[in-house]
Amino acid sequence: MSKKSENENGVPTTGHSWDGIEEYDNPMPRWWLYTFYACIVWGIAYSIAYPAWPMVNRATAGLLGFSTRGALVEELAAAEAANAQIDSRLASADLSVIADDAGLNQYAVSKGAAVYRTWCIQCHGSGAAGAVGFPNLLDDAWLWGGDIEAIQTTINHGIRNEDDPDARFSLMPAFGADQLLSEEQIEGVVNYVMSLSGEPHDAAMVAEGAEIFANECAACHSEDGTGNRDLGAPNLTDAVWLYGGDYDTLIETVTYARAGVMPAWGLRLGAAEINAVATYVHQLGGGE
Amino acid sequence: MSILNKHKILETNVTLLLIFSFIVVTIGGIVQIAPLFYLENTIEEVEGMRPYSPLELQGREIYQREGCYVCHSQMIRPMRDEIERYGHYSLAAESMYDRPFQWGSKRTGPDLARVGGRYSDDWHVAHLEDPQSVVPESVMPKYAFLMHHTVHSSHIADYMKTHKLLGVPYTDEMIENAKADFAAQANPDSDYDGLLERYPGAQVRNFDGEPGISEMDALVAYLQMLGTLVDFSTFTPDASR
Repeated sequence: MSKKSENENGVPTTGHSWDGIEEYDNPMPRWWLYTFYACIVWGIAYSIAYPAWPMVNRATAGLLGFSTRGALVEELAAAEAANAQIDSRLASADLSVIADDAGLNQYAVSKGAAVYRTWCIQCHGSGAAGAVGFPNLLDDAWLWGGDIEAIQTTINHGIRNEDDPDARFSLMPAFGADQLLSEEQIEGVVNYVMSLSGEPHDAAMVAEGAEIFANECAACHSEDGTGNRDLGAPNLTDAVWLYGGDYDTLIETVTYARAGVMPAWGLRLGAAEINAVATYVHQLGGGE
Repeated sequence: MSILNKHKILETNVTLLLIFSFIVVTIGGIVQIAPLFYLENTIEEVEGMRPYSPLELQGREIYQREGCYVCHSQMIRPMRDEIERYGHYSLAAESMYDRPFQWGSKRTGPDLARVGGRYSDDWHVAHLEDPQSVVPESVMPKYAFLMHHTVHSSHIADYMKTHKLLGVPYTDEMIENAKADFAAQANPDSDYDGLLERYPGAQVRNFDGEPGISEMDALVAYLQMLGTLVDFSTFTPDASR
């Protein structure tokens, strides 16, 4: 650097001069300088205390023994321990009496709501009103049963999934695609089904449709069309339609069949979480 | 401090400044990046990881083409809130066959690292066709056109060769059978024993429920595989890593 000099005020300058404008060469403010030195010291101490320096096989572990995963394990263990007692009660509780135990019930509903919002809302909706193909959990129409044990079984094992051998299973035949019924026969049976729930239909086709229904459909949907919960066969006499109750949708349903799938949550969630979400769903409004 | 006084030479010579800047950045880069290649604790060995099956690879290509990574990350960080929502935190090894990785840098939508098996195929199809039909709050665009685009397997073997060139251990047998495996995975009536032998844990279904192999089939096959390869019931990651 250029040789230092002083200006007429006695302030040291760098010696740079542009058109007579000179540059002061004041020292750094002390507070700044000491903060800077402190940062250097802190940086060295930090790299000794925490994992930092790459060595031959692995980085230095740090004197404090910190690791992100280790801290996570501790945090999870602490959270689990905090609820361990009530969770074990919930996991082993008789489902039908949870509602009678105010404290346990409140905990189960709150926990179940959290589980529901994490794992269930994508299909069943944040308000549990469902979507086309994904059942509404607020009403009292249940495919596989609406008492708390049935709800818990459905959540635990799921429906028609490949992961759990105990998954609820039934298979509606694709009456049209597999040529079990002709197009006219399907039109007839759809008109009959629409007559069951009082929807507009072609009365002339109902008689033929009723015969086909008795032969082909009644085994699962029962003779009066009220369904069978052992087989997940929906009630066809009410106004609740999972895939839609209009003529065209029903033709599609009978032609290609429907087979909704639900994952087996028992493979992902713990017993307490399963019981909690079953309690939550049961108290939404439709629980039996 | 005579060496510091020489700094003026650099400050007044732009070519020298450039050269020395490059040297400084190079040293910094080597110190940060090089250890990751040899430190034994950066990548753990896990069982179950395998290269993507041809159909999954095609689905991954569509995932990249449509820019899914712009809104969806594929990396669950080791934090309690993340693992309680998405599942076990991601391991480095789970991205080992990703060229390039799909970790992402932003979550407008949820993380997808473990979305496999979480929803049914029907849900994925309904959701991709019209996300708001199942999740009214969603801001995701509609991808219904995937259903109408047939994917052909004519390029899949070349695509796998490219990945092999980049270090993915596709065997000659895998590349030879690429077309057959591609078709078999979307057809549960096919003979898919060879596919399962080459790609253990591959899921064979008609993912979109329609005849033929659409881009929807490929994408859903990829999504349903995500995060399912490592069995965490038999594997406990080293906490000191």
